Amino acid sequence: MNKILKFFSFCVAITLISSSSFAAGKLNLYNWSDYTPDELVKKFEAETGIQVIIDTYDSNETLLAKLQAAGGSTGYDLAVPSQHFVEIMIKEGLLEKVSGIKDMPNYKYVAKQFQNPSFDPMQEYSTPYQMGSAGFAFRADSYSGDGSSMMEFFKPNDEVCGKLAVFKSPEEVVNMAHLALGSNFCSEDPNEMQAVLDLMLEQKKCVKVYSSEGINDRLKSGEVIMHAHWDGYSQVGKWEYMDDLTYAYPKEGVVGWFDSLVMPKGAKNVKEAKAFMNFLMDPENMAILSNNAAYANAIPESQKYLSDKMKNATNIQVPEGVPVVFGQACNEKAQSLIDKVWTRVMQ
Amino acid sequence: MNIQGENKSRNIVLGLTPLWLVIGIFMIGPLLIMAGVSVMEPNVYGGVYFKFDLSGYRQILFDTNLFDEMEFNPAYVIIILRSFVLAVSATIISLIIGFPAAYFISRQPDNVKNILIFLVTIPFWTNLLVRTFAWIIILGKGGVIESSFSFFGLLNEDDSLNLMYTNFAILIGLVYSYLPLMVLPIFSSLEKLDVRLLEAASDLYSSRMEIIRRVIIPLTLPGIIGGSILVFVPCLGAFIAPDLLGGGKKLLLGSLIQFQFSTARNWPFGAAVAMFLLSLVVIVLVINARINSKHEDLQKHV
Amino acid sequence: MFRKNKFRHVWDFPGFSGWTAIFFGFLYVPIFVLVCYSFNSSSYAMIWTGFSFRWYEKLFFNDDILQAAYNSLIIAITAAPMATAIATISALVIVRGGGFRGKEFSSGLITLPLMVPEIVTAVATLIFFATLGINLGLINVIIAHTVFCIPFAYMPIKAALEAMDPNLELAARDLYSDKNSAFRYITLPLLTPGILSGFMLAFVISVDDFIITLMVAGGGSTTLPVYIYSMVKMGVTPEVNAVSSLLLAFSIIFVTGYWFLNKKSS
Repeated sequence: MNKILKFFSFCVAITLISSSSFAAGKLNLYNWSDYTPDELVKKFEAETGIQVIIDTYDSNETLLAKLQAAGGSTGYDLAVPSQHFVEIMIKEGLLEKVSGIKDMPNYKYVAKQFQNPSFDPMQEYSTPYQMGSAGFAFRADSYSGDGSSMMEFFKPNDEVCGKLAVFKSPEEVVNMAHLALGSNFCSEDPNEMQAVLDLMLEQKKCVKVYSSEGINDRLKSGEVIMHAHWDGYSQVGKWEYMDDLTYAYPKEGVVGWFDSLVMPKGAKNVKEAKAFMNFLMDPENMAILSNNAAYANAIPESQKYLSDKMKNATNIQVPEGVPVVFGQACNEKAQSLIDKVWTRVMQ
Repeated sequence: MNIQGENKSRNIVLGLTPLWLVIGIFMIGPLLIMAGVSVMEPNVYGGVYFKFDLSGYRQILFDTNLFDEMEFNPAYVIIILRSFVLAVSATIISLIIGFPAAYFISRQPDNVKNILIFLVTIPFWTNLLVRTFAWIIILGKGGVIESSFSFFGLLNEDDSLNLMYTNFAILIGLVYSYLPLMVLPIFSSLEKLDVRLLEAASDLYSSRMEIIRRVIIPLTLPGIIGGSILVFVPCLGAFIAPDLLGGGKKLLLGSLIQFQFSTARNWPFGAAVAMFLLSLVVIVLVINARINSKHEDLQKHV
Repeated sequence: MFRKNKFRHVWDFPGFSGWTAIFFGFLYVPIFVLVCYSFNSSSYAMIWTGFSFRWYEKLFFNDDILQAAYNSLIIAITAAPMATAIATISALVIVRGGGFRGKEFSSGLITLPLMVPEIVTAVATLIFFATLGINLGLINVIIAHTVFCIPFAYMPIKAALEAMDPNLELAARDLYSDKNSAFRYITLPLLTPGILSGFMLAFVISVDDFIITLMVAGGGSTTLPVYIYSMVKMGVTPEVNAVSSLLLAFSIIFVTGYWFLNKKSS
């Protein structure tokens, strides 16, 4: 019993030591797992002497819920939400204003069309991280279509029917349905949403699984031959023993996303966070990020530093004429319509 | 312990203080917050407005449709029922699989017994998601089961047994996720079973089934009930196994509440469903306790 | 208790040993698969392409995942004993305290963390901590884990106590004059398997928890489950199989060590 007690107090002591903050110049980064390559972190630490501590979360929704619930006491200095969540977080007062983003030495590298983006029109809160799109991908060897229409995903032919998989959250799926039907994102028109619902219910007859995990595994095993997918992640699958995995760029367009670095309310290490923001806008560093995750970025000059593999990554190159429509933050009415559609599809 | 008078009540208070403090503060506190949230107005971007609003509770039964007309909506009731059926089935299967194993383990010599009990829990040091992935490898197309079938010529190359994305797969996943929660409580009550009682019983009743039914099960009932509660409740809120193994085509309670707090960002509704569920469970427990105490009274009189 | 002869005791049931073998097969086949796939050469967690140590090498240089595994262990090693201690004392009082006012209430209180859906507890606890301004990093997580581990530790201990013959203790109290020694030499040893079961359940539950940790964790307290679930954006790789296999190896070494220690002492 005594031994157990001793061991126990030893553990408590270790906990207390490891959780207390003693290092000056550290940065708490909150991000998806594997989304920040080790190489990049090491380089930043070597250049600045700032220690980076990475914590991870699983979705934009979690990040938002956490910031909402915790107010200003999350303890993170930087997080990486997508564009529409940046908009929401700004609206809800969950982010710190970052002074002088435009004066950062590396800001000049950001492509003109991504400066002052619509979700952060004065560029007061965010700097670019990575970008990409959501759509669908298929195994070209088992499918006769070419992915030129979004309807191939929603009204699959006999080859695909029963071998189709869809994301398990409505966000991208509903937007893809809007693209297929030619209606606008965040629609408040019940008739339009009824059409979306009908389309998704019809699609459901052919859906084998709704899941956002293990997408490439399911495609590789042949369990499904068409799957709602991300451009970069599908490229990774193509590199890994799936030569025929093709990410579709339908004429109706794909759903774009754009992740940014932002500073949650109550961030303590402001100087360090700004150093990281500036560091990432350097083309060479941004290229490390893109080489790792196979996603595109908003720094054109980073092209020079991309690996050959990345330069030939066909799944992430948007063909001429295919629109990339970025998801938006919907208002209350539109959001509740989306929820209702999803609940009805899933009931 | 027959502790007398003042001493006794002092000991009771002292003994329960840590429990009251820890759960009272860190569970009741948050729960009160959630009860508050459930009667407030949702903020579409997560969180709530501080305005009294019962729509969260109303929404469980009556909801507006796409065209803003109020209608009776059975969807959530169906989801709740579906989850109950699944959780009950998983609990019963766990009991059937777990009880004989727990019994066998409890009858081993001490050092073997302890090792076996450790062995029951070791698989659960690994993450639920990874364990569930392992089941996909086993059940999935071209997986362990299908390959062994086709190896013995029982299955053609291109055919599939279609084990994945079925209720069967969900049940396997759920049972596998929570089996130790059933085995350990049963084990710890079987441990105390007096062998002489079984010997006496074998004189009285002829068959072994009778012994199990009349002696072993009644004596280990506390463990069986404890284990069943520990399996049933988490199954009710599970979403990993239903999503990954079941194909996520039908919403279950776990995913429903999760959805309200994440994507739908309707905290009051999520909280209301949780409160509704909590009161259901409390009612069941109270009825159960009543029946139990009556049962005990009867036994005393016999 | 168990004599190794051909004679079948009344307490042996035909088929139970075979059933137990099947039971362990059911438990360990997925674990075997999981360990095999940690040597997978591709980045698919679920598709075998070839043998390699790639993911172990990667693991070795991945400070984040190692830190997460370390956090998970620290939290479980701290929260599980606390939960078990509280559960043991409470079970003793509730089962052995006779009828007292608040008994029903207390036993209801214990099971409460079980009855509330995890996501609700998670968000509520976060709001609660934030409102009170408690921001202690890992300690927040440890507190939350202790709370929801209590019912899991409690059930086996309570079951053990209820199945225990109170006459044993009475006899013991005749033997040893004071009730403390009766408790120490009789009750506690008899209760040990129950406490052990309770502790192990609490431990397992803590190691596996995702949602509550995800919400309550502050800077620097990401645990292994949170890390693994956060891989969805980039795809879950066999690296998690590798880290899980290491954890398994670690626990098997621990168990073997325990067994040898036990053998020595007995």
